[in-house]
Amino acid sequence: MKLKFGIKEVVAIGIGTALFVALTQIQIPTPIPNTYLQPRMAVMAFLAAVFGPVVGGIVGLLGHALGDALFYGSVWWSWVFPDGVVGLIIGLFAAKYAIREGGFGSTKSIVFFNVIQVVSNAVAWIVVAPLLDIIIYAEPVSKVFAQGAFAFVGNIIIIGILGTLLCVGYSSIGAKSSSLTKED
Amino acid sequence: MAKILSYEEKDTWIHRLSGVTKLVFFLLWCLTSMLTYDTRVLAVMVAFSLVIFKISKTRWKQVGAVFKMIMLFLVLNVTAIFLFSPDQGTHIYGTRTVLFHIAGPYDVTKEQLFYELNVIIKYFTVIPAVFMFLVTTNPSEFAASMNKVGISYNVGYAFSIALRYIPDVQGEFTKIKHAQEARGIEMSGKASFISRIKNTSSIIFPLIFSSMDRIDTVSNAMELRGYGKHKKRTWYMERKLQRNDYLVIAFTVVFMVIALAVTYSNGSRFYNPFV
Repeated sequence: MKLKFGIKEVVAIGIGTALFVALTQIQIPTPIPNTYLQPRMAVMAFLAAVFGPVVGGIVGLLGHALGDALFYGSVWWSWVFPDGVVGLIIGLFAAKYAIREGGFGSTKSIVFFNVIQVVSNAVAWIVVAPLLDIIIYAEPVSKVFAQGAFAFVGNIIIIGILGTLLCVGYSSIGAKSSSLTKED
Repeated sequence: MAKILSYEEKDTWIHRLSGVTKLVFFLLWCLTSMLTYDTRVLAVMVAFSLVIFKISKTRWKQVGAVFKMIMLFLVLNVTAIFLFSPDQGTHIYGTRTVLFHIAGPYDVTKEQLFYELNVIIKYFTVIPAVFMFLVTTNPSEFAASMNKVGISYNVGYAFSIALRYIPDVQGEFTKIKHAQEARGIEMSGKASFISRIKNTSSIIFPLIFSSMDRIDTVSNAMELRGYGKHKKRTWYMERKLQRNDYLVIAFTVVFMVIALAVTYSNGSRFYNPFV
């Protein structure tokens, strides 16, 4: 895997972060009280899948920190890092999804993307977030794991539905090199 | 649209500080506040934060709406802590002084109230620092001075592009939302759960595609102007670190060291008035 960091990545981080921050204002309430689906997570997963781990990770970190600071005036650091973790892990396999090349859309690639996103969310919300909550904020153990579990479920739902749709949609429109099929 | 915090030009010595100084202060301040649970240290930090807030001449109008939002979260969080773990205070401070009984496992103890008081104070140490940082830092100057202290200009640029495009993307979001609502798509709470996800995606799709186009346009424009050709860039908004910057950074570091020394002097992060 090559770590390319050019002009496009710089701009993608900038505009991706702006998107993430702007989408902080849409939260879809779920039937579970006090838990919201965050479409911004799906957008971040999409950007990570297209541009790779550096862009995904930084958009998650910077976007969450900046979005929280601008909208809510305080930054809950132990939940900023898990966002970065999700973006980073999803982005690690960017070359495999081949979204910009138009190769995303088969059942196999969709399943692969979703397995990765579930794993990354599990690491982020069931391990990293509660641990940081306990280490940094000394919050009660049962509370942070319950919150982590809600965030985990919420995020895999929104990334699973909206994130996958975005990847498929963009891949079929932006199809370039692999859109050609060999004729017999 | 939700109101967000933004930079406003004023002439105070805090505004004249370099953006990097304020970032260092902001990060170390948050870190100290995260690490310590010592009520005495936290009280001093709250006092300092309020003084800074006053000096920066921030008006209530700039931050009031956001402040109310934080208060809502604060109440939710404090209630959640009590619901999930009414004995966290006892767990930390080792003693249990019941004030009165509510129901089931829920007793109101002095230790729990003291612990939650600390959680609340922690919010108040950080809020003024965040407000100060966001309201007094000029984004362009911030990117320039990050580069001046040795951070890659790619980082500075990504950051200033983000700040530059937040209003644009927000404007576009609102435009798309209105267009979709005009076509009869229900965005309010009246729609069912599944149809709300669907309706949200009808906004996000156009927004993502136009943003991807924007990324192409902006990066092509930057490439045409030779961005990234050389190792160094010059900046219009450049500002060197001055005496006050060094003083503030020195003060912050010293303060952090003292605060942590006081905090950990009794062997834990907590100040325990109960033994």
